[in-house]
Amino acid sequence: MTKKLDEQNFLELKLTVNRKEFTVNVQPDTPLLWVIRENLGLTGTKYGCGIALCGACTVHLNGEAVRSCRTPVSDAVGKQITTIEGLSDDGTHPVQRAWIEDEVPQCGYCHSGQIMTAAALLAENPKPTDADIDDAMSDNICRCGTYQRIRRAIHRATEILAEGGLKK
Amino acid sequence: MSEILNLSRRDFLKTGSIIGGGLVLGFSLPVRQALGQAAGNKGGAFAMNAFVRISSDGTVTIVANHSEMGQGVYTSLPMLVAEELECDWTKIKVESAPVNPAYNHTEWGIQGTGGSTSVASEWERLRTVGATAREMLVAAAADTWKVAKETCHAENGKVVSSSGQSLTYGQLVDKAARMPLPKDVKLKDPSQFKVIGQSVKRLDTPEKTNGKAIFGLDVNLPGMLVALIERPPVFGGKVQSFKPDKAKAVPGVKEVVQVPSGIAVVATGFWPASIGREALEIVWDEGPNANLSTDGMREQYASLARTSGKVSRKEGNAEKALQEAASVISSQYEVPYLAHATMEPLNCVVDLRPDSCEIWTGTQFQTADWSAAAQAAGLKPEQVKIHTTLLGGGFGRRANPQSDFVVQAVQVAKAIKKPVKVIWTREDDMKGGWYRPMWYDQISGALDAKGNIIGLHHTIVGQSIMLGTPFESAMMVDGVDVTSVEGSTDTPYKIPNILVDLHSLRIGVPVQWWRSVGHSHNAFVVESFMDELAHAAGKDPYEFRRSLLSKAPRHRAVLELAAEKASWDTPLPKERGRGIALHKSFGSFIAQVAEVSVSPKGDVQVHRVVCAVDCGSVVNPDTVAAQMESGIVFGLTAALYGAITLKNGRVQQSNFNNYPMLALNEMPRVEVHIVQSTEKPTGVGEPGVPPIAPAVANAIFALTGKRIRRLPISSDELKKA
Repeated sequence: MTKKLDEQNFLELKLTVNRKEFTVNVQPDTPLLWVIRENLGLTGTKYGCGIALCGACTVHLNGEAVRSCRTPVSDAVGKQITTIEGLSDDGTHPVQRAWIEDEVPQCGYCHSGQIMTAAALLAENPKPTDADIDDAMSDNICRCGTYQRIRRAIHRATEILAEGGLKK
Repeated sequence: MSEILNLSRRDFLKTGSIIGGGLVLGFSLPVRQALGQAAGNKGGAFAMNAFVRISSDGTVTIVANHSEMGQGVYTSLPMLVAEELECDWTKIKVESAPVNPAYNHTEWGIQGTGGSTSVASEWERLRTVGATAREMLVAAAADTWKVAKETCHAENGKVVSSSGQSLTYGQLVDKAARMPLPKDVKLKDPSQFKVIGQSVKRLDTPEKTNGKAIFGLDVNLPGMLVALIERPPVFGGKVQSFKPDKAKAVPGVKEVVQVPSGIAVVATGFWPASIGREALEIVWDEGPNANLSTDGMREQYASLARTSGKVSRKEGNAEKALQEAASVISSQYEVPYLAHATMEPLNCVVDLRPDSCEIWTGTQFQTADWSAAAQAAGLKPEQVKIHTTLLGGGFGRRANPQSDFVVQAVQVAKAIKKPVKVIWTREDDMKGGWYRPMWYDQISGALDAKGNIIGLHHTIVGQSIMLGTPFESAMMVDGVDVTSVEGSTDTPYKIPNILVDLHSLRIGVPVQWWRSVGHSHNAFVVESFMDELAHAAGKDPYEFRRSLLSKAPRHRAVLELAAEKASWDTPLPKERGRGIALHKSFGSFIAQVAEVSVSPKGDVQVHRVVCAVDCGSVVNPDTVAAQMESGIVFGLTAALYGAITLKNGRVQQSNFNNYPMLALNEMPRVEVHIVQSTEKPTGVGEPGVPPIAPAVANAIFALTGKRIRRLPISSDELKKA
């Protein structure tokens, strides 16, 4: 799967991102965030703090929400990586639909991470209580302060899920 | 909006006219000259004027001259146009304006976004733009049908005649372009509004939920490198010497160059640039601020506060009133430096060529950046092009008086002669200065024997954000920076003797406007102190304020509305306290009532905030509500957590671990009540911030009897003994 390190410690790695295969040539300790953004050009995943404090960089690894800014790319090899661009084919994941219905984003910068975190929550717990939402979402910072709408939209997303879930 | 990154779009901008082609009629003569000269008639797009372009497929492109940083202008500005243009809302697209005098703020005379003024700036202009374009389309249809234009009207992207003929805007654009500019178009009476006043869905929400929204950090150019700059550890420091060898040895690092702001490490990507930067060996000349500490400054400020400053407002004789009062209350308040901490750290992409400089960034300050970039590049301003991307938050930071994040990137591009993206890490951003100033206030109030307030003296000590900037002459009145005293000097309360004075210090920490500017601190001081006076007078804090507002009806109305909606007169459970605050800023009147509890450990939880706002005519009510929610969180974050401190000249905070943000589990329930009004629209982005700190502090007092006079609120002081 992987070739030997070259003289610059670069490694050829195969990644599965949004159900597509990519080959990248990077240093294996590079955070997944920068590989996604710079090598693959998927800029929906954001840099916010670099030390896993804000959640703007949240992606799914095998369905689990992780902070890509602190995940070495080598840890993602052989796993299904999902970014905001791949959460749904056309932006109609229940969480995305609820975010639009409830007019959640303001500047919008943190919301890829918010949505990915919320989607992982709902995958595990399709009907979260307010306390469940507190637990899952309180490590995702929104400087614009959209928290009230995030909470409302997650509840709305559970209804959309119950109404029939993913459109596609 | 997300087209900015698309290369075909970029090429189009390069080869097309300044607004992308089409015949430009010009909304006014200077605009026609500025934009019309370069414009041909390309691609069937018809530029009605600098702000509206209609293409033959009916797409209406609105050119937004204010930056979208979350406040919703990429929706509210199109709403102003659409109200009069009678176009199909589903066919509206928004793109950011290039830098051109045609796009100047109607009051400032430069292009920029701030002061909560975007809607106010465009309220008349963009409705007139829409009406003018509509009249030309109607005239074109009437001419086609050879009927009187009075027999035609526009609706939903079409012109319809009284005999039932109909043509779409797309079909009419070519002809409309040749119609004479109508004079004196009449704008609708507010009673006829169909778009304005509706909670229209934001146009930028879908792209902000699917990863397609393009912020400055997301711009990539072919052959672009990424640079991080190691800046001096102390403000005003300089590189004395440096060794680039270890940094250069890091795989992926391409260049290490000295630039005026420090040492730039240029690499193939962020990660090698950051590893390379850590490997730098630099000896700094720390300069004159190496011993600066906020603890020391605090003592200096406190001693100055006991002396008279430059007078900002003097009515009656406050000193005499204080001497003759039945009782005098005297308090000291203090607030720290605050960082803007936008979620998207600062960044800027520059493509510098021998005869051109193209810039992509999220900026609030196009005109200033444009000329500063030209100067840094050694080019003429007309050779510089700025593409304004979406802003991942602004809060004032992206309108920098020195255009620091733009100029520094141009300097790196100049040094390496390649397209470059300069990224500020979170740490760079937080330590990078341009903070809300630290303030110290001495405030005294005089009460007569009946508990009436007869005098107030407020002395303000802190750095001026205007001193030494290009705005000094406009913003300093008789030596007083109006932004230092705003929110105190203009108190609405009927007080016979008032004195507000100011000490402005020169300190080597760069300071700047921060969402709500001077109001962010003065509202805390004045509204907390009004509560102190009410308590001393034995009066209800709400009634005490209300009794002083007989000549301030809009203030009084929001105060009453907030009190009513919060059930001010209804007792709370004993573990809860309630506080009220009232403040006008950026033309808007806001009252907030906060309900809080305090844990045995002293942690404050805000459960509910009722917010009443009068911001004049409302364009998009849901946006107003969203901005109130946002302002409350911003102000609450500062009240509970925010502090930038310095020791040995070094900023002690670096990231969200030591400069924390309010989290979802701490979010109060916020209820926003908007006063119906036909007054001109006033600010929305900032005015929600100032009242929350005093409302919370007053609620804490009501609950615990402990008065908060220093922010951020200290849990230690509230801890049960």
